[in-house]
Amino acid sequence: MEFFLVSLLNGVSYGLLLFMLSSGLTLIFSMMGVLNFAHASFYMLGAYFAYQISTAVGFWPALVLAPLLVGVVGGAIERYGLRRVHRYGHVPELLFTFGLAYLIEEVVHLIWGRIAVDYRIPEALDFGAFQVFDSLYPAYRVFMMAVSIAMLGALYWTLTRTRIGLIIRAALTHADMVQALGHNVPRVFMLVFGGGCALAALAGVIGGNAFVTEPAMAAAVGSIVFVVIVVGGLGSLAGAFIASLAIGVIQTFAVALDWSLLDTFREVGWTGEAARAIGTIKLSQFAPVLPYILMVLILIFRPRGLLGRRDT
Amino acid sequence: MKGRPHLVAALPALACLVALPFVFPQGFALSLMCQMGIATIFALSYNMLLGQTGLLSFGHAVYFGLGAFCAMHVLRWAGGSGGGGAWVVIALPLVGGLGGLIAGIVLGAITTRRAGTIFAMISLGVGEMVASVAPMFPALFGGEAGLNANRVFGAPLFGITFGPQRQVYYLIVAWALLAAWGMHALTRTPLGRMANAARDNPERAQFVGYHPQMVRFLMLALSGFFAGIAGGLSAINYEIVTGESLGAHTSALVLLMAFIGGIGQFYGPIIGAVLVTFLQTALSQYTHAWLFYFGLFFLFMVLEAPGGIASLVQLHREPWRQGLLRWVWPQYALAALPVALTLAGLIGVVELVYRVAGGVEAGETSWKLFGNAIDATRWQPWALALLLFAGGGAWLRRAWSGVAWQWKMVLLATARGKDR
Repeated sequence: MEFFLVSLLNGVSYGLLLFMLSSGLTLIFSMMGVLNFAHASFYMLGAYFAYQISTAVGFWPALVLAPLLVGVVGGAIERYGLRRVHRYGHVPELLFTFGLAYLIEEVVHLIWGRIAVDYRIPEALDFGAFQVFDSLYPAYRVFMMAVSIAMLGALYWTLTRTRIGLIIRAALTHADMVQALGHNVPRVFMLVFGGGCALAALAGVIGGNAFVTEPAMAAAVGSIVFVVIVVGGLGSLAGAFIASLAIGVIQTFAVALDWSLLDTFREVGWTGEAARAIGTIKLSQFAPVLPYILMVLILIFRPRGLLGRRDT
Repeated sequence: MKGRPHLVAALPALACLVALPFVFPQGFALSLMCQMGIATIFALSYNMLLGQTGLLSFGHAVYFGLGAFCAMHVLRWAGGSGGGGAWVVIALPLVGGLGGLIAGIVLGAITTRRAGTIFAMISLGVGEMVASVAPMFPALFGGEAGLNANRVFGAPLFGITFGPQRQVYYLIVAWALLAAWGMHALTRTPLGRMANAARDNPERAQFVGYHPQMVRFLMLALSGFFAGIAGGLSAINYEIVTGESLGAHTSALVLLMAFIGGIGQFYGPIIGAVLVTFLQTALSQYTHAWLFYFGLFFLFMVLEAPGGIASLVQLHREPWRQGLLRWVWPQYALAALPVALTLAGLIGVVELVYRVAGGVEAGETSWKLFGNAIDATRWQPWALALLLFAGGGAWLRRAWSGVAWQWKMVLLATARGKDR
């Protein structure tokens, strides 16, 4: 029971982190039709910026400054890069973001080196928050969840209750009409792109020290985030939310479970060589593959994703 | 006869390929050329998807890698039993191809349900899936160390053992020509044409009575076949296959090759494969930051020449035939110096950043260039590099407007010449 609760909490906090990434990605995708391959790179940049800022002025300013900085970088990239390739069509756009992801990883290599940096949880949050049966649950995880949920609330509020949210939602489906009504749609695009990048960076700020801040972190999370938005249904924020939590929980449980098929095989009486080859794999080893298998299953049985509206 | 001029052009090219190992007999050059041959097949097979069918795949290494592993298993098995010898090695790429084909059929059935952006995403996911499953089966994929084998076994065939690298080179050339011919022939079949149709207008293709999904599926499976051939050759060439050959890095590399070379022309990926393989080897000897330069080059190509090098070649072709290129040469010459200055400044800045930042261990902040020691902790080299970059850049902008203007004239004149 204790194991179950702790894993569930860890899974939810990881899932919320994934949602912070996938929400920006899915918003950018449904608005501009651009699948931002570099999205996870902004997550990584967030973590590295936060590391650099926190060594100078501490964690709390970094929590605010790093996402803002990355947001500005993202906006500039949209304005001076993405907008220029837009005229060539979708494939060059994708290639541009792909090249960007590649370049950002190399920049990180050049500036911060190839090994992980020592980005730590701030001392103020390095204590046990509450008792889960026999063990203390770390306060930082609680903080992560709180930040994620606050961000989620802010995003929801911005999209549904503010003027800019209204324009964004209108521009999702009727960009030309919004433009005709006198709104600066390209600027809205830039804002959404920058905002999405800032969200990803915020996830990096709070996730980088909980996990590890290294050059491979973008690639590790990047493909999972794609899985999330495919499973959730492209362009669907609610779908992305469900898929993020599901994948977060599934992966956390699988990593924690030290269970292998071999016992099951033995029980049913299959002890051949093939059984040993497959059976010795522990579920925890199998964890990295689970999201992809989920994606493949979804693609076979429900190609538009959990909450996707159209079957494009 | 329409095919004749190609044949006439092909003979000297063939002679060049045969003569190359005698011109560059060094082991280093030879292994580089082998690598280029393999990369050529791989990049061409990739372009069957990206260029011809419009499918941007981020997981093409899967077919290359699975083909390589299939070939490696057969090689190990044959080497263990000692039978067949050189014959097995000659036919081995076909085994790799079949492995790639089967992988293409199985995975393609899932991935080709969608086209466009969604295909790109799914191909990435499927590629990651295969790459992360592989380490779990050490018996099949050799775990961290990979699988290795010896390509020399059994009785030699007319003295050919495939021991010397030169013999492997000729094997690779033969297979590369065969595969390139096959892929080129495929572009002229109804399937190849329908692939173009499914790329440009799937709805219209459907109206004609074809199933775009089926066309995409067939193209992916066949492209997997050719990628598998490349994989099989790499198994022979390196005598080792690791899980890395399945991974995202290999997929990214083939995409870079095909795109930089040019996806709009059949020969584009060949240029890309040769150039990228060369740069990869040459640049990595001089600087640790070569991947960065590489990424920068790629982004530059995406922004400024989305058709790749082949499109630039194509652009110069008609004016050249009409003798109009002499208008542009002087402008190119004028722009050459600022280009060189800007590049020098850029490289200087990157190398300096690299030296002072965490990229290198402490104490390596100075290095030698043209006999002069450069110390990255002092301000002078920084000032010089930044000045070069900014000044060269400003100059280049002006020089380039001259080039652009001249090109406009040339294109106008070319169009007129064509009408005549």
